[in-house]
Amino acid sequence: MSFEPKILALCCHYCAYAAADLAGSMRLQYSPNVRVLRLPCTGKLDTAYILKAFERGVDGVLVAGCLEGGCHFQEGNLRAKKRTGLVRQLLAEAGLEPERLEMFNLSSAQGQTFAEIVDLMTDRVRKLGPSALRKESKEITV
Amino acid sequence: MIVAHRKNIQELKAMLAPHKRILILGCGGCVTVCLAGGEREVGLLSSALRIAFRLDGEQHEIVEATIERQCENQFMEDILEEVEKADAVLSLACGAGVQAMAERYPNVAVYPGLDTKFIGILEEQGVWAEKCAACGKCVLGAYGTVCPVTRCSKALLSGPCGGSRDGRCEVSPDIECGWQLIYNRLKALGQLDKLLEPAPLADWSLGHEGGCRKVIREDQRIRTEP
Repeated sequence: MSFEPKILALCCHYCAYAAADLAGSMRLQYSPNVRVLRLPCTGKLDTAYILKAFERGVDGVLVAGCLEGGCHFQEGNLRAKKRTGLVRQLLAEAGLEPERLEMFNLSSAQGQTFAEIVDLMTDRVRKLGPSALRKESKEITV
Repeated sequence: MIVAHRKNIQELKAMLAPHKRILILGCGGCVTVCLAGGEREVGLLSSALRIAFRLDGEQHEIVEATIERQCENQFMEDILEEVEKADAVLSLACGAGVQAMAERYPNVAVYPGLDTKFIGILEEQGVWAEKCAACGKCVLGAYGTVCPVTRCSKALLSGPCGGSRDGRCEVSPDIECGWQLIYNRLKALGQLDKLLEPAPLADWSLGHEGGCRKVIREDQRIRTEP
C-alpha cells in the first residue's frame, strides 16, 4: 500500500483560507492529503501547535500566511516566519527532517497557488516518507 | 537579570537518557524574561525532547512544570510531589536555580537545561548584552556608568589598551571598546577630569577570584551562628 502523507495546513483567515475556498470554487484539483486549520492570522501561530502536530504523527506541516507586507494585522505573517524558523531548528536538533515544515505566502486571490502549495508539500513529504513518529501515534482524524 | 540560553536537544537527550520519568522544570524569574526557561520554553523543550527520544525508539515520560523562582526554597515546596515522582529533573533555571533545586532535593538527579551566560539587559528585542561581571566592588561611579570590568575585554581600569580601533575592541570587531564608551560618556557629562585621577589598585579578591562568596546580613538573619 502506497504511503499517503497527512499534512496539516495552518492557514490565515485573510489569505490562505480564502484562497483554499477559491480553489474549491474554481474546481481546482489538489492533493487530498491536507487538513486545513484556520487561524485568525498566522500571528496566532504558536510554535507549540506545530510541535504537538508532529508529536501526534502528522507527516508535514505547512503554514500559509499573507504576502509579506500584506498582513491584515501588519506583521503577523513576519512573526510566523520567525516562529516557523525556530521550530525547524528544534526539529533538526531533535532529529526530524525540518523540510517537513514550510511557510508559504500568498493572497486570497491565489486559489491556484494554494493548490500548487499543497501539491508541492505533498510531493515533498511523500519523498521523505512517513514521519518516524507516526507509527506510534494513534490514527489522526481531523 | 541573569541571561541564559537553551542547551542543544541532543546534549540534553544524552544527559537524560538513563532516566525514564523526567520533570522539566521552568523558572518564572530571569530566565522567563530572557525567553530561555519559562513556562513556554518548558513546553517547547518538552515537545522537542519527546520527539527526539521517540525517534530513537526510547520511551520516556516527560512531565512539565514551572515555579515562580527556583532559587528560593519556599517556591520549591509547590512541586514536592512532582519531584519525588520523577527519576530526574531538567531544570530550566540559571546555574543558581539548578543548584538550589539539587540542594533542596539531594536524592533526585538534577540537570541543567540552560547555559547561564551573564548578568545583562535586553538591548533590543531578541538581543541581550552583558553589563555586570559581579566583581564585588562597583566602580561605575568613577567611569561615567560604563563598567570597565565588563565592557573592556581586558577589564582595564586605567585606560585603554593599544588594541582599540575605531571604537572597536581587538578581541572582536563585534565588541565595542569599553574605554571608548567610557570616554564618550564622560565627555558628554563634562567629567573627563575624572580620568586624570589614577585608578586605585583593584581588589580582585572581592570577586570570584577570592573564592565562592556569601553576603551575610546579621540584621536580617533569624538563625545565628553557633
